[in-house]
Amino acid sequence: MADTDLEKSLSVQDSDVAREPTVVVDDVHIVYRVHGAGSGKGSATSAISRIISRKRGSGVREVHAVKGISFTAYKGEAIGLIGSNGSGKSTMLAAIAGLLPTEKGGIYTNGQPSLLGVNAALMNELTGERNVILGCLAMGMTPAQVKARYQEIVDFSGINDKGDFISLPMRTYSSGMGARLRFSIAAAKTHDVLLIDEALATGDQAFQQRSKKRIDELRGSAGTVFLVSHDNNSIREVCERTIWIEAGELVMDGPTDEVVGRYERGERP
Amino acid sequence: MSTVSEPVSLSAPRGADAGLTPKQLADKYGLAVSGRRPGLLAYTKQLWARRHFIWAFATARLVAQYTDAKLGQLWQVVTPLLNCAVFYLVFGVILKNKDGFPAGTYTAWLCIGVFVFQFTQNAVQSGTRAISDNLGLIRALHFPRASLPIAFTVIQLQQLLISMVVLVGVVLISGIDPGRTWVLVVPALILQSLFNTGVALVMARIGAKTSDISQLIPFAMRAWMFLSGVMFSIQDKINSWPPFWQKVMQVNPASIYMDLVRHALAPVIYNKHVPQHQTLPPHLWTYGIAWAVVMFVIGYVFFWKAEEEYGRG
Repeated sequence: MADTDLEKSLSVQDSDVAREPTVVVDDVHIVYRVHGAGSGKGSATSAISRIISRKRGSGVREVHAVKGISFTAYKGEAIGLIGSNGSGKSTMLAAIAGLLPTEKGGIYTNGQPSLLGVNAALMNELTGERNVILGCLAMGMTPAQVKARYQEIVDFSGINDKGDFISLPMRTYSSGMGARLRFSIAAAKTHDVLLIDEALATGDQAFQQRSKKRIDELRGSAGTVFLVSHDNNSIREVCERTIWIEAGELVMDGPTDEVVGRYERGERP
Repeated sequence: MSTVSEPVSLSAPRGADAGLTPKQLADKYGLAVSGRRPGLLAYTKQLWARRHFIWAFATARLVAQYTDAKLGQLWQVVTPLLNCAVFYLVFGVILKNKDGFPAGTYTAWLCIGVFVFQFTQNAVQSGTRAISDNLGLIRALHFPRASLPIAFTVIQLQQLLISMVVLVGVVLISGIDPGRTWVLVVPALILQSLFNTGVALVMARIGAKTSDISQLIPFAMRAWMFLSGVMFSIQDKINSWPPFWQKVMQVNPASIYMDLVRHALAPVIYNKHVPQHQTLPPHLWTYGIAWAVVMFVIGYVFFWKAEEEYGRG
């Protein structure tokens, strides 16, 4: 069923209909500046000598994380980003979200993309309940909307499946529970562009099924979804298009089956 | 790029858009540069739309603050009272400051000063950490970043309002009767809140860039406290100073807001017919309003100027 849909959508792409772009990445370079990478920032003498000599660069190292990547994403697409550790996938995602400045080139987006990462913590000392409310309000929902969606979010996250966990502080949650709740909060709002960093791999089987369904719904409501994952199966199930990044450069951009297949066999074009 | 495997890339525009460069395509569909700072007016609108978030954040933080303490919220009142007790012992009894005030009024004068100064002090301190302590939230969700320093000032205001109840008790026990001037506490605290928000916004931007500043803040605040006359009357000491420095001391915003609240709650201290009465510096309300407006506007614009940089890198 899903496969025939996929084939249909691929064949539609061959026609001459103009598509509406949602994310345009135009020859983007991203450079990290790491402070304290040099020898001994911590020692007082080196700090003083740095101040006296007024040399700024000594402890700063530059990491060229993304080197000239270009692609365009369109409405309704789900795009996977694959590549080995440290290849620049998460950096690319953060840049699309507007959280990292580009050194060169431009990233143009439709509306404000939302980044959903497992590392992004809400407030640990607060209860899950408060976090749901705060997260929704921070995303710009009105209190009435939050009230209407609250139960749905909690049910979706499955936090309360094993007892009343939602009224406990988030620091008592397991990492999987925290990630599930964060995904549920972020997914409660319809985003024009949703960026997901490894979130699917953390939940249990039932939650993974639910989140895949939710991602499909988000795509259906004319959004674009980016998914960074090391789990090739979840990329295969969610995305019809995949971009392979290696050492900050775009290796391949094409239909998921082809790209992931060659990635797994280690065949660089 | 040449590394793209297919001759017809999935990225390439089709149909009527074929042949457009990425930049042209973005312009045609009105795509905006990701993460760019909105205009000042648009920013204010976004911020206004998050007012519920600011309030909920402040309340949640206030509640969470003492969850580990057994006495819980009681500490909000006990901490400043203990502070007052220490100051009373050192400055009132040992240094005999209380003898320079109308009989029995020193305690009220001191407590008002401590509570009001602490409002500004806490706003500065929490403002400095507003961005750097909440990077997780900033990197996870998109909202106008000014929400955070403003929310932290709201927390301090909520805390002050709780303390005000205790303060009123102290004033009444000191034998000062309630009067019409008590109403003036409200505008005085509104002005101070505006001033504090401005300072918190400035400190939030500085603290986000230079985390070293949080090491310096306690010293700066202590110096400011002693120079503002929280536990002794600074007016008596500066009479012999050069006129320029007298002026500088008089426009010190911390002194101004303390004096405004003191005069509102305990006017008897400044009553000319009472022995040992204190003198009120001139133009208090003018300075109070000016500081509030100027500091708020400066802080707001200063913070907004770096909006796109918070949480980056």
